[in-house]
Amino acid sequence: MTRHVVVLAGGLSHERDVSLRSGSRLHESLLGRGLEVTQRDTDGELIGWLAAHRPDAAVIVLHGSRGENGAIQSILEMAGLPYVGSVASSCRLSYEKNIAKNLVRRAGFSTPDWVSLSHSTFRDLGAGALMDLLIGHLGLPLMVKPQHGGSALGSASVRTAEELPAALVGAFAYGEIALVEQFVDGTEIAVTVLDTPDGPAALPVVEIEPRSGVFDYESRYTAGLTTYYTPARLPAETTSAVTALAIGAHRTLGLRDVSRTDAIVAPDGAVQFLEVNVSPGLTETSLLPMSVEAAGRDIGGVYAELIERAVGRGA
Amino acid sequence: MTGTSLDRHIQRYAQRTSGMRASAIRALFAVANRPEVVSLAGGMPYLRSLPLESLAAEAAGLVAEDGLVALQYGSGQGIVELREQICQVMSLEGIKAHPDDVMVTVGSQMALDLTTRIFIDPGDVILAEAPSYVGALGTFHSYQAQVVHVAMDDDGLIPEALVAAIEACRAAGRPVKLLYTIPNFHNPAGVTMADARRTEIADICRRADIAILEDNPYGLLGFDDRVRRAIRADDADNVIYLGSFSKTFAPGLRVGWVLAPHAVREKLVLANEAATLNPPVFNQMLISRYLATFDWQSQIKAYRQTYAERRDTMLAALADRMPEGTTWTSPDGGFYVWVTLPEGFDASAMLPRAVTARVAYVPGNAFYADGLGTRQLRLSYCFPTPERITEGIRRLSGVIAGELEVMRTFGTSPARAIAGPSSPAPDTA
Repeated sequence: MTRHVVVLAGGLSHERDVSLRSGSRLHESLLGRGLEVTQRDTDGELIGWLAAHRPDAAVIVLHGSRGENGAIQSILEMAGLPYVGSVASSCRLSYEKNIAKNLVRRAGFSTPDWVSLSHSTFRDLGAGALMDLLIGHLGLPLMVKPQHGGSALGSASVRTAEELPAALVGAFAYGEIALVEQFVDGTEIAVTVLDTPDGPAALPVVEIEPRSGVFDYESRYTAGLTTYYTPARLPAETTSAVTALAIGAHRTLGLRDVSRTDAIVAPDGAVQFLEVNVSPGLTETSLLPMSVEAAGRDIGGVYAELIERAVGRGA
Repeated sequence: MTGTSLDRHIQRYAQRTSGMRASAIRALFAVANRPEVVSLAGGMPYLRSLPLESLAAEAAGLVAEDGLVALQYGSGQGIVELREQICQVMSLEGIKAHPDDVMVTVGSQMALDLTTRIFIDPGDVILAEAPSYVGALGTFHSYQAQVVHVAMDDDGLIPEALVAAIEACRAAGRPVKLLYTIPNFHNPAGVTMADARRTEIADICRRADIAILEDNPYGLLGFDDRVRRAIRADDADNVIYLGSFSKTFAPGLRVGWVLAPHAVREKLVLANEAATLNPPVFNQMLISRYLATFDWQSQIKAYRQTYAERRDTMLAALADRMPEGTTWTSPDGGFYVWVTLPEGFDASAMLPRAVTARVAYVPGNAFYADGLGTRQLRLSYCFPTPERITEGIRRLSGVIAGELEVMRTFGTSPARAIAGPSSPAPDTA
């Protein structure tokens, strides 16, 4: 019997464009595996459609709040529909970058020191004094980013105190809470983790080298602007540390099926956790597909297996 | 170990592709197509008033009766019947033209491209209004032109500013080849070049030996029903005129035209053939039938009435909602209002907040080649209904208020780290 799967992509987040392209690519890949695939956006007709068509499983390729904060997962759980990916409660933990960092640190891994603050806190307590406190506590340079979201949207590095206010204003354009963390100079890497019958396993690590030096939106989604090395050019012990971090984050946060951890390897070899993504991108320039290919596999095959696992679990 | 950049052709691209990059701002417009979002961004005409059933019958008749011609290759200059009709359309603006001097193109965007192609070498200077049409800036950039902006006011391009720009370019050893102007209901600024300035500007350019590229897609969409006299009407050999059926009929057919002096036209025909062999015959014949059979001037009048109502709605909503320090233009026709936010705002950096609030606009810096326009944004009233326009402005006012609050908290604007194209794709509503 042909498996019928719904790929949920699009949504109303700042990363809608990335999500649509991820969804389209996955759609094509799964069709190539002989599945019956429907791609749907998350709109007012979705719940009715799910009830009417009862697909065997759903794959969530929504990015940003719409796919990663647990809401769509809760809806699928209520609808009794099996789905690929982490459960709602784990999504919520991962989606809140400060909570994820906290839990990963408590599990014994390193992550840059940070503070998460809302705009209203700056407004009510006085931005000037609070920024002085931030710099006094974390030092310089800093990385400022929205608490929620991905694709480096709203992120900016801060090298001087004078740059901090503008960076915070930029981050608050994306949401109410900004995360300010110590900037770690080093090699950016990404690790995809897949659940297997033997537990979570890391795929080959991707090393990221943007030509501009900054892995911003342009560098991520314009082919040719970044060089990727898969597997990463890391010493064996660093690779072990990196994969241990990614698997550790996956386990600590209770993630399921697939996740992608982003980290920095400092010049001294120390590995620092940045964030984890429960709905990794699948576009032509995304990191997960590079890991999958380096492992000798393809997106369609990987997700077809995850779909079977989801169906086996039931709703 | 060799890495991959995911593009094996990265070393082969022409220099002119340097700006063709993914853009976070452009990606944000992906949400604009969702019905939950009030998009005041795109310039999509409101087509519901078109007689679609009748047009369907015409299209069917075209295939049935003339299919062997309509579906075949055709003339690189365009079919003669349509070129004759285009001359009749242009006569409304005072232009006397011969069909032989008209060339049909795949939208006036292609006419713009081909004209730039035959005139501009890398580094050549084009003067353009400040701001200017984003599609033109993209074309000029693709041919590696240097764009120098010239100031406008409520009456359009300022002649004194034009003279100053020409002299400054000359003094810098950068002779100017073209002046690009959108004289009527300017995209994005909404202003219209005063009648007296048209002849003055034509004289300035003639004396300076600069050709004028007159881009006029909105000329027949004035809300006072007055058709402004085209610059080309009084200067046949120094003006290259671009026209379009996109706003007066329908953009999906992709039919525009260029009216040029014969020597220029000869080169344009060769360029047109090299680019596309010939403009789509079927589409040309459909438009020709439309012009011959339908009361197309009444259709334009219907469009004017629709857009006038929407303009009024937008202006009223802006007056009601915008904070102190915000100004905007009051267009007499066309599709757009140009808003200037209070000091310190960056419309591009504010767009993510607008997306969260489910309203879209085009940030002003998309309409400048030199990075200016950060305080401005373009609002279009052509596509959304009056109710949606009112709601959109309400949402926008909330966005501005939210941004202002954050800026006041930190005493500054956001860091500018926005690169790449800042405008939506043409089909973004």
